[in-house]
Amino acid sequence: MCRSQPTSWLGRSQDCLKLATRRETARLQTTQDPKLHTQARRIRKDELAARNYRLAASFPLFLLLIMVVGFFLRTQPLLEHSSVWEILSGMQWRPSAGEFGLLTFISGTLSVTLLALLLAAPLCMLTSLFLVEYAKRRALTAILPAIDLLAGIPSVVYGVWGLLVIVPLVPQISGFVQPWLGSIPLFAANNPTGYSILSGGIVLAVMISPIIISVSIEVLRSVPDGLRHGSLALGATRWQTIKKVVLPRAMPGLIAAIVMGLSRAFGETLAVMMVVGNTPLIPRSIFDPGYPLTALIANNYGEMMSIPLYDSALMGAALLLLVIVIIFNLGAALVLIRANRRAQV
Amino acid sequence: METQIKIRDLNVYYNKVHALKDINLDLPRGQITVIVGPSGCGKSTLLKTLNRFHDLADDTQVTGHVELDGVDLYAPDVEVTEVRTKVGLIAQRPFPLPMSIFENVAYGMRIHKLARGKELRDKVKHYLEVAGLWDEVKGRLNTPARDLSIGQQQRLCLARGLAVEPEVILGDEPTSSLDPISAKFIEERLEELKKDYTVVLVSHVLRQARHLADYLVFMYLGEVVEAGPAEQVLSAPKNDRTRAYLQGEFY
Ligand SMILES: Nc1ncnc2c1ncn2[C@@H]1O[C@H](COP(=O)(O)OP(=O)(O)OP(=O)(O)O)[C@@H](O)[C@H]1O
Ligand SMILES: [Mg+2]
Repeated sequence: MCRSQPTSWLGRSQDCLKLATRRETARLQTTQDPKLHTQARRIRKDELAARNYRLAASFPLFLLLIMVVGFFLRTQPLLEHSSVWEILSGMQWRPSAGEFGLLTFISGTLSVTLLALLLAAPLCMLTSLFLVEYAKRRALTAILPAIDLLAGIPSVVYGVWGLLVIVPLVPQISGFVQPWLGSIPLFAANNPTGYSILSGGIVLAVMISPIIISVSIEVLRSVPDGLRHGSLALGATRWQTIKKVVLPRAMPGLIAAIVMGLSRAFGETLAVMMVVGNTPLIPRSIFDPGYPLTALIANNYGEMMSIPLYDSALMGAALLLLVIVIIFNLGAALVLIRANRRAQV
Repeated sequence: METQIKIRDLNVYYNKVHALKDINLDLPRGQITVIVGPSGCGKSTLLKTLNRFHDLADDTQVTGHVELDGVDLYAPDVEVTEVRTKVGLIAQRPFPLPMSIFENVAYGMRIHKLARGKELRDKVKHYLEVAGLWDEVKGRLNTPARDLSIGQQQRLCLARGLAVEPEVILGDEPTSSLDPISAKFIEERLEELKKDYTVVLVSHVLRQARHLADYLVFMYLGEVVEAGPAEQVLSAPKNDRTRAYLQGEFY
């Protein structure tokens, strides 16, 4: 009587539960049968558990709310001093003069993160596709532990590596591409040092790759072989099978993998801070230095607190970072829902 | 009887397991061949050599020859995709592709560029009719294939397999995951299809084998113990093991 589709399992089973509970309690009132008694108790326990789980599930949301409210209250003094728009669009960061424009930092965060994602996502997708669809089983089992190891390396190590390897390399890359791309503002060389958005992007891309790859591998492996065989048995090539069958089916999971990488990229502070230059300018080129929000907070919190409104402004920066992450995650959730719906077909 | 599939000195090794031992068989054109034998005797392994599905596994080694109309399927210049186009497979469990009912049948034809536009639509209809599914799905061709019942899904897999115009249809216990009525339906389809195709089935159900087989192959521990026209093997098996198996003394 309670047969239901797997997709609506939760909702449906609760409906069944309510119906059953009502019916059972009615029966219980008219009978003393001990068997029925235990059954009604079981159902009531089940209902109780469902309610408690719902409460437990809403706990993280509650935490998030507390954080947002807390940051907001601490930001209040700044907001009384200047408007939200002034803060978001202001390019000047001069605390002693009472100017707290965050635009340079916002652009720093967004450009480093997006560059990292542009570098990492395609490579990670190809890597995991190769490992799952083409490489031998043995190669995959040999490489998986190495990937997990990479994910566990402390970020300061990545930072030092970026400092020693990537930062010196970037001026060379810049010199190499100038003859072709130098006239495009995005690739213009205005900065002789290697401390740049590109360095930050590369270091960040390397840092988020392990998690994107390992989640993508799990996602691809969860696509049943029967599906691949169904396609291959029709004379499809491996690539056709991947393109038409495996990828559509795996798409929601792959998007989720990239989003996980993105979330990590937004929050990563130390390694980026070490290579990105920390100059409060809006970067125009990938070779320009930048100054992400995370670096702003980490570099300044606890110092110069005697300047009025300084801590309030840093709280505002933290709140802004939180809001950016929430917006990106909500956006990703929407994409995910749509991809999910398409994968059902 | 005219031979379509000629198997010579075929051996298959899974790593160290010697799963098929010196198989020699001639399978007739336009008939239903049924392979029977106890579990683990190598029926599925034999079937997979016919569409080169062993190519997909890393540690599996195939030696010997399988000829389809005189062409060795394992010759170096033979494309594996071509082999699988000529030799279709219906799996034990249906796996509809993650697309609509229409697209499932159109998939193979699109890949091999067999038809497009109106012709494609007509062919999808035709093969759904052959698989006995058209009347049930004609109003919802664009809905996801996974919403179909298991029995319907298996008929859909039959339709999409037929749509690439194979010469041989393989079935590895294609009815074993179905309810009796759906199973009977697939059996009837297969009987119809032998007019135009050569069918090779693996079956665990003796009743099914008796009912469908024109040609019967009995396997035991990786070897072919007995093979011949079904009536002959069923009524007068030459081998004691075959007789014991057919009388239901072991499975
Ligand atoms: N991938 C594999 N790796 C190692 N051994 C295998 C593999 N697949 C099958 N075998 C072995 O090869 C032998 C034949 O297996 P096969 O699947 O062909 O049997 P079958 O006759 O189809 O059995 P069933 O009726 O249970 O499906 C068995 O001993 C089995 O254990
Ligand atoms: Mg089998």
